Amino acid sequence: MLRSLLPIVEHAVKGPVWDCQMCGQCVLHETGMTCPMTCPKTLRNGPCGGVAVDGACEVKPEMQCVWVKANHRAENLPLLPQSWRDEIGHLRAPVNNSLAGDSSWMNLVSGADRKTPSGWKGSE
Amino acid sequence: MGAFDELVASRERPIVTAEFPSMDGGDLDTVAEAVDRFQPYVDAVNITDNPAAHAHASNVSMAIAVKQLGLEPIMQVVCRDKNRLAIQADVVGAQMHGVTSFCALTGDDVTAGDEPEARRVFDIDGPQLVSIMRTLSDGTYLSGRSLKHHRELLIGAVENPFAPPAHVRVRRARMKVDSGARFLQLQIGYEPEKLEAFVEGCGDNGVCRDAAVLPTVILTKSAGALRFMESSVPGIHVPGDVIDRIASAADPLEESYQLAREQAAHALSLPGIAGIHITDFRHDDSVHRLVHDLRLGPAFSTEGATTHASTTRASTTHTQTA
Repeated sequence: MLRSLLPIVEHAVKGPVWDCQMCGQCVLHETGMTCPMTCPKTLRNGPCGGVAVDGACEVKPEMQCVWVKANHRAENLPLLPQSWRDEIGHLRAPVNNSLAGDSSWMNLVSGADRKTPSGWKGSE
Repeated sequence: MGAFDELVASRERPIVTAEFPSMDGGDLDTVAEAVDRFQPYVDAVNITDNPAAHAHASNVSMAIAVKQLGLEPIMQVVCRDKNRLAIQADVVGAQMHGVTSFCALTGDDVTAGDEPEARRVFDIDGPQLVSIMRTLSDGTYLSGRSLKHHRELLIGAVENPFAPPAHVRVRRARMKVDSGARFLQLQIGYEPEKLEAFVEGCGDNGVCRDAAVLPTVILTKSAGALRFMESSVPGIHVPGDVIDRIASAADPLEESYQLAREQAAHALSLPGIAGIHITDFRHDDSVHRLVHDLRLGPAFSTEGATTHASTTRASTTHTQTA
């Protein structure tokens, strides 16, 4: 019951505010409260090299690059803890596509959102 | 370790890499002709992976061919066209044929190419790909499953010092180096002050120490080529005064060469820079002329330097003596 209800509640809350794409492994706090899954390339460690001089997205020029926005917000949003501001520079693991559609809240509690493949070494 | 790997480690002289032309069929003779054109003047060539989102002969097939013909390939891998399984299979397969140098890129979007209807993949991104390549180099797949045989890979990456946000580019370069990149090839750019700021940042955060940073110099023929890059190539900005300089020149072909030469000289003058990467859209003897004018690359690495230094730039037929 909870498993099927929570994603609906989560999307109802995060959809309108952050355009949440329900990847099931939320990193909003690490990315200046800007959802990286709204990047047309779904980059978790952006920005790519295609950003225009004015900060426009390569794929959708009418939109500001998600990562330009994320970095600006990580540096300037009030009330963000310093650790959240710093985390934007950390290497995030490849998305676990099997979690798509899940509630990230549930995966946060269970730890499933932080589980990475055995071979993943990150940037150690 | 191969000669290129050793040079990246020692940096005993400036490194020269170049973009190998993409091909659309033909046979190995076509590849051999291009290898002959580059071999005397460069340390390695980048084998592109569907550049600008246009399909061409695959990076794996071209890298193997170039390796077998005796030139060091840097196999580029982009994240746009394949998922993590296919990408790892390509790297391991190429490695079985002796390809050990790789360069990880996010890749231009499908909308930059001639098949914008294609599905974009981006299952992983550029920095993650660097890390996954290091995992393969260390002997396992991303899953943790062991490779039966493995070789150490020389892993590289790219960064664009000319795209915003500038300070993030420096940090992202560090992230890629921390993930395993030992060389970093930079996007084409025509704003020297941005390159200077990026290189200074990479000096401060140790990137220039821990990786060979190679700015790109592009050889073009005309103002039209610059206008095309400005309007159609993602992430490249060519200021109007640079285009005007070529457009109003008495000899635009020569002025275009001089522009590239100035760019190369400027890049090499920056502290911490390990060499240059050349993209040649002229398809004449300009790569030879450039490395000769600047006394760069394998042709100038040993006693051959004296011989080459005494040749004139018009001597297009000379071959590597060292």
